[in-house]
Amino acid sequence: MGSMLSGAEAVSLVRALPGVDAVGLEARAAGLGTRSIKKESKAQAIDLAIAMIDLTTLEGADTPGKVRSLCAKALRPEGDAPPVAAVCVYPAMAATAAEAVAGSDVKVASVATGFPAGQVPLDVRLADTEAAVVAGADEIDMVINRGAFLAGDLERVFEEIKAVKAACGEARLKVILETGELASYDNVRRASHLAMHAGADFIKTSTGKVGVNATLPVTLLMMQAVRDFRAATGTQVGVKPAGGIRTTKDAIKYLVCVNEVLGDDWLSPHWFRFGASSLLNDLLMQRRKLTTGHYSGSDYVTVD
Amino acid sequence: MFEYAPAPESVRPRIRDHYGLFIDGKFVDAADGSTFKSVNPADESTLFTVAEAGEADVAAAVEAARRAHESVWGSMSGAERGKYLFRIARLLQERAREFAVAESIDNGKPIKETRDFDVPTAAQHFFYHAGWADKLAYAVPGGPEPRPLGVVGQIIPWNFPLLMLSWKVAPALACGNTVVLKPAETTPLTALMFAELCREADLPPGVVNILPGAGATGEALVHSPVDKIAFTGSTAVGRSIAKAVAGSSKRLTLELGGKAANIVYDDAPIDQAVEGIVNGIFFNQGHVCCAGSRLLVQESIAEDVLARLKERVATLRLGDPLDKNTDIGAVNSAAQLKRIADLTATGEAEGAEVWQPECALPERGFWFRPTVFTGVQQSMRIAREEIFGPVLSVLTFRTPDEAIAKANNTPYGLSAGIWTEQGSKILWTAERLRAGVVWANTFNQFDAASPFGGVKESGYGREGGRQGLEAYLDV
Repeated sequence: MGSMLSGAEAVSLVRALPGVDAVGLEARAAGLGTRSIKKESKAQAIDLAIAMIDLTTLEGADTPGKVRSLCAKALRPEGDAPPVAAVCVYPAMAATAAEAVAGSDVKVASVATGFPAGQVPLDVRLADTEAAVVAGADEIDMVINRGAFLAGDLERVFEEIKAVKAACGEARLKVILETGELASYDNVRRASHLAMHAGADFIKTSTGKVGVNATLPVTLLMMQAVRDFRAATGTQVGVKPAGGIRTTKDAIKYLVCVNEVLGDDWLSPHWFRFGASSLLNDLLMQRRKLTTGHYSGSDYVTVD
Repeated sequence: MFEYAPAPESVRPRIRDHYGLFIDGKFVDAADGSTFKSVNPADESTLFTVAEAGEADVAAAVEAARRAHESVWGSMSGAERGKYLFRIARLLQERAREFAVAESIDNGKPIKETRDFDVPTAAQHFFYHAGWADKLAYAVPGGPEPRPLGVVGQIIPWNFPLLMLSWKVAPALACGNTVVLKPAETTPLTALMFAELCREADLPPGVVNILPGAGATGEALVHSPVDKIAFTGSTAVGRSIAKAVAGSSKRLTLELGGKAANIVYDDAPIDQAVEGIVNGIFFNQGHVCCAGSRLLVQESIAEDVLARLKERVATLRLGDPLDKNTDIGAVNSAAQLKRIADLTATGEAEGAEVWQPECALPERGFWFRPTVFTGVQQSMRIAREEIFGPVLSVLTFRTPDEAIAKANNTPYGLSAGIWTEQGSKILWTAERLRAGVVWANTFNQFDAASPFGGVKESGYGREGGRQGLEAYLDV
């Protein structure tokens, strides 16, 4: 894995990418959003969406107790519902999470690299990453240096991602582009390809900590990027929209996009994730509604 | 595998077993008792029977329209006419789902399109023209107060039955004319539902008359004492209408066929261009006069574009028009299916390479797979003739000049598309294309405020916008 390209080569490839027409991209996303997913296909989509969740808590107020209860829910969301893909926590909580999910298929994802702003020196970001891996993180969610990206220093962004990838060791690397700060769809496409050339195992939309988080058009664009990257290099990269996806209806729109843009190869928790916290409860309530015919309400699902 | 379960639209409009002609505010049978059947193209079942208007019925309808024009509609204030049009627009919105389902059933097009495009755009046309009704002096500034023409005969095609009705009826009524409209023989349903809606809106009798029928009915209407004919349909029929009204005082506007070039330059936003190509030719099964049926793609990116295009076309869902996830519905009639199949066969015979995605076709009904021809030469019939079906001819070019030369090398001139990220290239290309409508980085976009129409053999006159009003005014 990882690119054989130098920073300069990657940057020149990225700068030569075709443009994105914003109106057309948004129209395509809206079109896919009108698919009507009912009955057995809805049941299938709900369970798949649950299995793709990175159940997340990223608050200053997080405690080991809260993380343990998050992990319990991740392992057994409810009844015969499948476990989620991973729990996503701060590095300080990674060890607690690793202990809580030990022996299961649920992964521990840890944000790192000075999440969410990344405004700390590179050596601190790398140390942050290594500490999370040592604490038991299977996956690292890093943030890119948006300042350098927007200033045009793409090579620096590339080298930093490469360095974090090296610090990850065996852990899979999710690269958060923070698309809400990248200003244009063209930039999202460039950042996606840059991250993939630098060795990203996943490209992820957002930290969930800024005004605009995952949107369907941005995620669709990133899906087109991973599709094109595999066609060009043979390397498959995952996609993770994060932040703002709260309802079953929204989650199903994303799955429809995966299905129609990327196909079966990406329709698994190994290649597609939802970064979300409240989404799981809505999926569980809709799941129940399919079996009982009733939509219960927030008192009937657990707060964490 | 993520398969979508069937998601059929649950609303069912009330379709009567039999419809009459709508003359002078009443449903009546034809004077000679003639009827014909309307068939559901998705399963070939008979939907209903409908009276077929003959010469006597045309005469009665034109007389009724004349009376309505002279006694009430022509002298009514614009503000009052506007109120009727607003009421019709609102009623269309309220009944949107019923109209959408009825259109899908009678025409074969997917519910997704009737629900999201045909019916809302039709309602928008009435809203837009309702607003013009009391402002006509501003539509044609500088002269005396514009006057209505009188009685207008309108003949519309089967590809967008309700939408074409609204394109014709809304401006005519806004300008103070009364109308006699002949819907296409394969798709009279929504026009007849519209007649019921006119009654509900208390539109004075005779202002709108609907005469279902085939070519003979249209011919009778063309020869009747109307003040204007507005026709949308094939160039061949348009030519015969032009001959018929030549030398008379009848005005004429024609919106005819097309063979639009969709030009994709090497610096195009490629994913959106692929969407635009798909939308350009497969929207409404390609039954679109302005369809982007000739793809002109720059040679340096042709291979990449074609690979992406095929991958995308393979995801189109063909089948039950009433399923909300259907992208490609049924071809409207057996006759049209035969025409599409025949022309497609000439493409293969003349040496073009044909490609179709794997997709199962329903057993009954009229269906045609989305089709892409590569290696098409300018001289082949599939590059020159309007197929009016889901068949794309792909040609390549090396230089912008060559693109222009190929794009303009057709007797038609209705629409064209340009795909490039370079604004100056859009303007350079648009200036040189001989087409009534040019889309840049999009395709098949319509708006009531935007005039639509062709040059050369694609017709004359404009529909929509301020320019479209002039076709219904004596200025």
